[in-house]
Amino acid sequence: MTPARAHSAMPQTAMNTSPSEFNHPAQASAQVQTPPAKMRASNVSFHYGTFRALYDVTLEFPANKVTALIGPSGCGKSTFLRSLNRINETIRGARIEGEITLDGEDVLKMDVTGLRRRVGMVFQRPNPFPKSIFENVAYGVRVNGLASRSELPDIVEKSLRRAALWDEVRDKLHESAHALSGGQQQRLCIARGLAVEPEVLLLDEPCSALDPIATAKIEDLLVAIKDQCTIVIVTHNMQQAARVADNTGFFLLGRLIEHDRTDVIFKNPSKKETEDYITGRFG
Amino acid sequence: MSSSAAVQPQMGKSPVSEISRRLRGGDEVAWLITLLFSISVLLVTALLVWELWVGSEPSRAKSGFSFLTSKLWNPVTDEFGAYPFIYGTIVTSVLALAIAVPTGVGAAIYLSELATGKWSDSLTFLVELLAAVPSVIFGLLAMFTLVPMMRETIGPAIKSVFGSLPLFSGPVYGVGYFTAGLVMAIMIFPYIISVSREALMSVPREQREAALALGATKWESTWQIVVPYARLGIIGSVFLAFARALGETMAVTMVIGNDPSVHASLFAPGYTIAAVIANEFTEATGKVYPAALVELGLVLFVLTFILNGLARLLILITTQKGSARA
Amino acid sequence: MTARNIYRKTLNNVMLSVTALCALVTVSTLFVVLAYLVYNGASSVNLDFFLKLPRATGETGGGMANAILGSAEIVGFATLIGVPIGFFTGVYLSEWGGQGVFSFIVRYMCDLLNGVPSIVIGIFAWTVIVRPMHHFSALAGGFALSLILIPITAKSTEQFLAEVPRALREGSLALGATKWRTIASVVVPAARKGIMTGIILGVARISGESAPLLFTSLNNEYWSSGLSEPTASLPYMIYTRAISPYDDWHRQTWAAGLVLLGLVLVANIAARLILTRGSSSARG
Repeated sequence: MTPARAHSAMPQTAMNTSPSEFNHPAQASAQVQTPPAKMRASNVSFHYGTFRALYDVTLEFPANKVTALIGPSGCGKSTFLRSLNRINETIRGARIEGEITLDGEDVLKMDVTGLRRRVGMVFQRPNPFPKSIFENVAYGVRVNGLASRSELPDIVEKSLRRAALWDEVRDKLHESAHALSGGQQQRLCIARGLAVEPEVLLLDEPCSALDPIATAKIEDLLVAIKDQCTIVIVTHNMQQAARVADNTGFFLLGRLIEHDRTDVIFKNPSKKETEDYITGRFG
Repeated sequence: MSSSAAVQPQMGKSPVSEISRRLRGGDEVAWLITLLFSISVLLVTALLVWELWVGSEPSRAKSGFSFLTSKLWNPVTDEFGAYPFIYGTIVTSVLALAIAVPTGVGAAIYLSELATGKWSDSLTFLVELLAAVPSVIFGLLAMFTLVPMMRETIGPAIKSVFGSLPLFSGPVYGVGYFTAGLVMAIMIFPYIISVSREALMSVPREQREAALALGATKWESTWQIVVPYARLGIIGSVFLAFARALGETMAVTMVIGNDPSVHASLFAPGYTIAAVIANEFTEATGKVYPAALVELGLVLFVLTFILNGLARLLILITTQKGSARA
Repeated sequence: MTARNIYRKTLNNVMLSVTALCALVTVSTLFVVLAYLVYNGASSVNLDFFLKLPRATGETGGGMANAILGSAEIVGFATLIGVPIGFFTGVYLSEWGGQGVFSFIVRYMCDLLNGVPSIVIGIFAWTVIVRPMHHFSALAGGFALSLILIPITAKSTEQFLAEVPRALREGSLALGATKWRTIASVVVPAARKGIMTGIILGVARISGESAPLLFTSLNNEYWSSGLSEPTASLPYMIYTRAISPYDDWHRQTWAAGLVLLGLVLVANIAARLILTRGSSSARG
């Protein structure tokens, strides 16, 4: 932990009073970013059977900011991300220690389906369901019973607009999602995640299977939606982290090495390992 | 081969020694031997179809298409109508599927989605052992356990609730469509379970995670996402099981009741194609009678041929789609 | 928690339990079958059963020695024809066939043959062997069973040969070995456990078949004097005894059922053991 993160002990009580109001003023340019933490992980360790994938990771995610997690492959950044919505629990032999909170509430004790509705996820490869575009976006809303049937078309349109996909698919909403291009499929998956209005959106290397143009579209849209939800993105692409993230954490061999504002990490890292990685001296 | 033998002598070898070298090397010989065996498989299968076609000729000439629709089966007057057997075969098979598909798919879901690696493998092995139990043993067991149970407890119990429906009318003999369908159901479990399990297991992990990540419960993710994704493979397993049920002979012969007529009630005794062939083939005399039985075999062959073809096609499509995405 | 969420949770738990119940029901049928046969048949499985001929109806005692020997003859004959044809066809498909039209047709015919109901195979064997010879025989029964064995053997042979790594073949070819020497001395031995497994499973399967024997080898209450005579077999014996009205015959049929099921299950378990041990040593 760097000194800049020393505000971590701030009280949790203010969390539930619409955090977005804190951030809309132009105080984002202030020297020290002090929005309330939406999610916080304390001393999180993770095991797959006998293999230990994470060592005491402590990290917090300020509301309405984009946090990037970078590091060489196998460093535990994806495992950490997948602990935040407990999707890693579905892997046999997985075991987690430590504490993760969402608005101060203990994630590990929460009802898991409720947690995952509030904390959405976009995966490495686009994974639309073999259903129509409309049904893909509507799925989460339907399954959670969040809206009546008549409200669905509006929700689907709104989510597709937020994912910058509406104009491309408005005429073929009832065609198979598998007919879309890779980049469109990934934006569809983002729309699907946004439809349930998650408070946090987790993205696991969402652009690794996409071409540069599709990647640019997704990066733009992440910046555009961060006023509505807190974003955590795992990426192995450092330029991408530099472009979209407010804060960046660097993982190495299951440990969080350094965590700071993105410009600090990239221009003036305090740890030698970080510097080595940023400058391409390994990995 | 001959051209290379002609070229080789220039390098100082006689054609004779070249051929003997090749024979000692043996590639062509080995190729030829295995090719001949492959051709024999082709020939014997083609011959099978041919014999069924030729063997049924007298019956086809006499009855034409009315063979399939006539309800009268009377060897004494040389009148042969296959309808009661086709009806019995379809009714018992559909009944077997109605029981085995929900149960089998349920078990496959458990084995692929809930049971952990070793436990799932062991249970699947036991299911495969069930497939190895000879048909005649199922028949033996059914005759001495299921038939009396049907007559004395299960049948009356169903009648007391649904007795007013024509489907369950009439006396319960113990033997009949219902008992035969039940035995068949047990015999086709393994086909449905092992093929459906494969299809479910080839669904990419990301599909399950995507549904869970949206807040779906395990059951919702399984039933709304995983099962529809694997549906072609599951339907394929159903066709495969259907084909097996149609051709099932011994166990059914022992409990169907052997009555060549058509009954609406599932408790009534009936007959299936395979059962009538099994019972009457050795006793069939004259020209038309055996030919009629061979034609029944042809009908059975065509039915299973179509169902097996569909099953393989569907299974191929799903497993390729699954592995391409995995 | 809202009413809807309670409903979803409950549905989740109920349905997942139902699937476990389905698995339990299907697996337990195997144990019911086995337990019932042991309960009814174990007491009649004695030395007489294996050594004596059946007695006439009304007399108690006797055994099924002729049926055991007959089954062995018929299945042995079927194995003698079916295994070589199936094996070499599998070798052809895996090593020479590739994806050509001819091998597509051969594969398709194997699938077709595999799907033919066993009673129809019986009709076929009757028309090509019993009818020309004018009498039922063990040969005809063996021929019918071999038709079931061929596609099983061919398919498993092809599958296990195809799994042998390329590097192994190339290693042998690079030493100057011809293709067939490579196949005979490297490829087939590498896949032998898988091939054996397929053959054992196939033989176990045909040992329990009775429908193709109904009008090929028929039955015989005495010793058969040769392969061209009607011959008793265990599955057929079970069938005739089961549908008879005599209690003593019923006792015999339970015993025969137990012996037959025991053999089939032991063969299946043995095949499984060979395969699991084989694959681990092949990879290690």
